[in-house]
Amino acid sequence: MRTVTTLYDLRAVRAEFPALGQEVHGRRLAYLDSAATTQRPRAVIDAVARMMGEDNANVHRGVHALSQRATDAYDQARSTVARFVNAARDEEVVFAKGCTEAVNLVAHSWGRANLRPGEAVLLSAMEHHANIVPWQMVAEATGAQVEPIPVTDEPTLDLDWLEIRLRQGGVKMVGVKHVCNATGTVNPVGEMARLAHQHGALILVDGAQALAHEPVDVQALGADFYAMSAHKVYGPMGAGALYGRHDLLKAMPPWQGGGDMIRTVSFEGSTFGGLPNKFEPGTPNVPGVVGFAAALDWLVATGLQAVREHEEGLRRQATQRLEAVHGLRIVGTAPGKAGVLSFVMEQAHPHDVGTILDLHGVAVRTGHHCCMPLMDRLGVPATTRASLAAYSGEDDIDQLVEGLEHVARVFA
Amino acid sequence: MNLDDLYQEIILDHGRKPRNHREMPDATHGAEGFNPMCGDRIKLTLRVADGRIEDAAFTGCGCAISQASASMLTQAVKGQSVGQAEDLFSRFHRAVTGKDAPEGDLGCLEALLGVQQFPNRVKCATLAWHAMREALEGPDA
Ligand SMILES: Cc1ncc(COP(=O)(O)O)c(C=O)c1O
Repeated sequence: MRTVTTLYDLRAVRAEFPALGQEVHGRRLAYLDSAATTQRPRAVIDAVARMMGEDNANVHRGVHALSQRATDAYDQARSTVARFVNAARDEEVVFAKGCTEAVNLVAHSWGRANLRPGEAVLLSAMEHHANIVPWQMVAEATGAQVEPIPVTDEPTLDLDWLEIRLRQGGVKMVGVKHVCNATGTVNPVGEMARLAHQHGALILVDGAQALAHEPVDVQALGADFYAMSAHKVYGPMGAGALYGRHDLLKAMPPWQGGGDMIRTVSFEGSTFGGLPNKFEPGTPNVPGVVGFAAALDWLVATGLQAVREHEEGLRRQATQRLEAVHGLRIVGTAPGKAGVLSFVMEQAHPHDVGTILDLHGVAVRTGHHCCMPLMDRLGVPATTRASLAAYSGEDDIDQLVEGLEHVARVFA
Repeated sequence: MNLDDLYQEIILDHGRKPRNHREMPDATHGAEGFNPMCGDRIKLTLRVADGRIEDAAFTGCGCAISQASASMLTQAVKGQSVGQAEDLFSRFHRAVTGKDAPEGDLGCLEALLGVQQFPNRVKCATLAWHAMREALEGPDA
């Protein structure tokens, strides 16, 4: 039964994504791997092409017209990102390769300067490896320790544990993902920020999965740091940003050296530039950053709220459809979760599921989703994950279910 | 790409009921195969005496292909000399990666060659084999 629940114009949205028009193994592509990376709308592809084909010059370096255009576009992109997450000022946005590099910046710059032996960094047990490994490296170097915040079976975070642990003292940083890429759990980062601050700790939010699906207001959330990847929000790969509170960024030492980040250089020593240049050494990924801003503009124009409602409606339907598949169990049942449907099948391993789905034109992710500690905790070595985006529709779910029924037949 | 080539009945059967899927307390050789892409983990153990593989077993879980391949491996090398097992490894490896038509008779293992059409599944089929080679090369357990 088909019911039109919103006036969301899915057909028009899809028409903007050239990659969605193709066939895979003779079937229409049902792209359900947007949590790994989204597809890009024409507006983003055009913005990147314009940057390369017309405005191409190095930024902050030349007096000529093209350099000025490139610099303007780059600075404009910073304002766009700052506005999107409601940063108080543009310089609170530092461009980076992506979420991974943004976390590394905080760990290596803030962490090395501020962590002392015996002090603790608390990371949720559902963190992505990107928000675990940099902290382990810095803990090793500083003598601080990394402790996991336990999760329930759903999984949701154990905030009572967090509060008790914070009260014990010695905690300098809390790290948590806003939305879980493996299970869709939306974590209560606002409340965690409040708890952390009450006990003198800071909070770093890994926003990789949130930007495309949740309204993000870093000031309202109370996030001290917020890490972003453009490619998870319809933008290009290799671009992203770190939001950092101004007073914190200002006090932090640079973590990589080079051109563009200095005030003066001599062999007796160098002095560093102000924000955000101090953290952006070398020629940046200008086309990527401009594409990032174009992606955020595209999302705002399409309507963040409309996209969210569309995804939420589809998530509910898809959940029901999946639960009806023989032998299938959904992993990740937290209330208010985002459009990430992870599941296991009694009969078949996710890798086998993924191969059969591929032959039905269905793109999903299989494996541990870079969350090995979470998988261990949930007692599943791997899952199959279907993830939704603005362009996902019922036909994608039909194709997914058809493929899963085929899996059930092969592995009967 | 043909799914029936990949999931032949014999593979599904080994995947469902892996043979020699057990611990081996008196193993002389062992190694772990780990595929970080999917998290599949297989521990392969051998008991070798006088250059002959007297027993072969494995533990661990994974996809149908990796389980079937490990199961078939243990059956294929049991009773073989170390040299024969190493030769089987290289013939199987070359065939499964599509470098060569199978040299000589690979027996039941030929059922695994369906992965040739699925390049991102080749690692599943070779996981246990790499573990066996490492086990044979490593110091005696
Ligand atoms: C929750 C989460 N954090 C961090 C990352 C890493 O992002 P990137 O690879 O773009 O740096 C991802 C992407 O897989 C993610 O899903």
